[in-house]
Amino acid sequence: MSNDRETIFSSIQKALEPLPERTAYPDWDDDMVIPRSLPETNTAKELFAQILVAASGKYFDAVTELIEFMIQEGHTFGYCDPSLAHHLEKQEGISFDTEYDMAKVDDYQFGITRASAAIAETGTLMLSDSDTSARLGALAPWLHIAVVLEEDIVPTVLDAIHRFGDDPNIIFATGPSKTADVEGILIEGVHGPGIQVALVI
Amino acid sequence: MKSLQEIDVTARDLNDEVQKSTYLASKAKTEKRLAILENDYPDPDKLRETAGLIKQHTLEHLDKYLAQAEASLTDAGAQVHFAVDADGANARVLQIMQENGAKRMVKSKSMVTEETHLLPYLEQNGMEVVETDLGEFIVQIDGDHPSHIVTPIIHKNRRDIAKSFEREGLGDYNDDPETITRRARAHLRQKYLDADVGLTGGNFVSAESGRVVIVTNEGNARFSVAANRIHIAMIGIEKIVPSDRDLSLYLNLLARSSTGQQFTVYNQFINGPRSENQPHGPEQFHVIFIDNRRTEVLASECREILRCIRCGACLNVCPVFRQAGGHAYRSVYPGPVGAVLSPLLAGNRYPELADLPKASSLCGACNEVCPVNIPIPDLLLRLRDKAKKEKASKAMKGTPALGLWATLCSQPAMWKTALTMGHTMNYIPTEMIPHPSARAWQHARKLPKFQGGEFRKWFKHRELTSK
Repeated sequence: MSNDRETIFSSIQKALEPLPERTAYPDWDDDMVIPRSLPETNTAKELFAQILVAASGKYFDAVTELIEFMIQEGHTFGYCDPSLAHHLEKQEGISFDTEYDMAKVDDYQFGITRASAAIAETGTLMLSDSDTSARLGALAPWLHIAVVLEEDIVPTVLDAIHRFGDDPNIIFATGPSKTADVEGILIEGVHGPGIQVALVI
Repeated sequence: MKSLQEIDVTARDLNDEVQKSTYLASKAKTEKRLAILENDYPDPDKLRETAGLIKQHTLEHLDKYLAQAEASLTDAGAQVHFAVDADGANARVLQIMQENGAKRMVKSKSMVTEETHLLPYLEQNGMEVVETDLGEFIVQIDGDHPSHIVTPIIHKNRRDIAKSFEREGLGDYNDDPETITRRARAHLRQKYLDADVGLTGGNFVSAESGRVVIVTNEGNARFSVAANRIHIAMIGIEKIVPSDRDLSLYLNLLARSSTGQQFTVYNQFINGPRSENQPHGPEQFHVIFIDNRRTEVLASECREILRCIRCGACLNVCPVFRQAGGHAYRSVYPGPVGAVLSPLLAGNRYPELADLPKASSLCGACNEVCPVNIPIPDLLLRLRDKAKKEKASKAMKGTPALGLWATLCSQPAMWKTALTMGHTMNYIPTEMIPHPSARAWQHARKLPKFQGGEFRKWFKHRELTSK
């Protein structure tokens, strides 16, 4: 198997050798991929809120309203990134662990973790390994709340890509987990969260 | 016609319900795709053409970009392997599992593992493997094969699925799609938590950063790299793009082309094992780059097919796919892309699949919808030529005998005689026309008068008359 690498590279070179010329990399503008149908808004935050909701996500910028929503939906016990716990501490009706307990993976109804950035044009939350306190906390509960700073909302997908840095695991999450495998009927909440919330602070 | 091609036979005998599911789902996807692209971009073709050129450029410099991707991945802490063929790739997966004492795998959707038959191979070697994409999970419990690249159970309806779930002990018969999905969620949740290894494919690999991009709506690829120790990604060598910037173009095109979404729910970008402070996720990240005859395709006149990003748009729009369904293509890749790719990747099995390029009316719709602008009709013609040259008997089936026509066309004297004979057509009564189709045509319409030879007459005498 150690020869497989050499075999593949020599096959590639042999395949390409007879080509009289090679296709050049085309010139293209970053703007080409930005959809023209975006609604008119004053700020990236407003645009993000609108597009997120259009992608079946939930948008909050006030903790009290979010807590109301959680209680109303019956998601009152969960996991919270310890560095975000102070946002919830004085809230009644909600309880949570700040250390992820694998034994409670099916008991956690919500998970609260940080998002490194958000993309306005697609309503996307960017989760990175270094900013996520526990991967399962952002994935396993029915309700995931990603906390993002307003200044980290960027306009385009490409802007977010420029922020990858050297994090080994970046996730773009746009709305709740979904499938249309059964007769093309859209069902939300397959393996990941059935409700995706962005809390902008 | 007496000698139907195999795909015609499948289409004819296809269960009505399967045909209907396939037709309706494909048509809906095609309409959604067109609507969102036209709504979002003034000139969607410009995106498709650019995406095609970038991929073509990458393929024509693949030695450079593959080496760059390998170096970037290695720098980021991934372990990179190469496999010439399916056996080598499968053996490498098994070896990684055995070296780590791993027994259980959760598997995300990957077409290349369908090519290598990884699942039965691992099961034969004592491993437990669970498909986690909802559609692929149903394919697995049914012992079936996917019939579409993106929506693998396009050929099944909710009643089929409810019966399978009941049989597998996943609850009483219930054909509500939401109940089906919740039951799968609960069942697969435990599989993720118990697994040692998560296996995924890769939609793209950026040579610049080594980032493997995995795209899912369900989140199964996220779960496949969350609770387990080892992540293995098996990826065809043609999946590389030069830079991270290119991904902004491809991800926008892929979502719109495959499901008509603006953006797929989850796009993961992975180039190494979990970071230092992260409590969850794999400690090892292995990437297996597999050739499996892709370099043969690269050397062929059909290398453009390697641009394919597996969106399925050409399947959805294809009149043959809509009638015949995915299984009619008898290979991993169905539809127009499959009619090109499957015979090329078949190796010794080529003669068995040599008829697939004939399963097209060459209407060109597949080229029009392709997000990487692959000239599929041209490639189908090149493969028809190959079948002819290699005398692949399967490809000849159902082809009208053109031998006499060819002789006539190449012999001027015979052609002239035939033209004279053609005039006798004007005097033959309808019911005596010697060809059944021509006779049937005459029932409803009238053939125009045969006028062959007039041009020649005019041409010969034109100087005389013009003077």
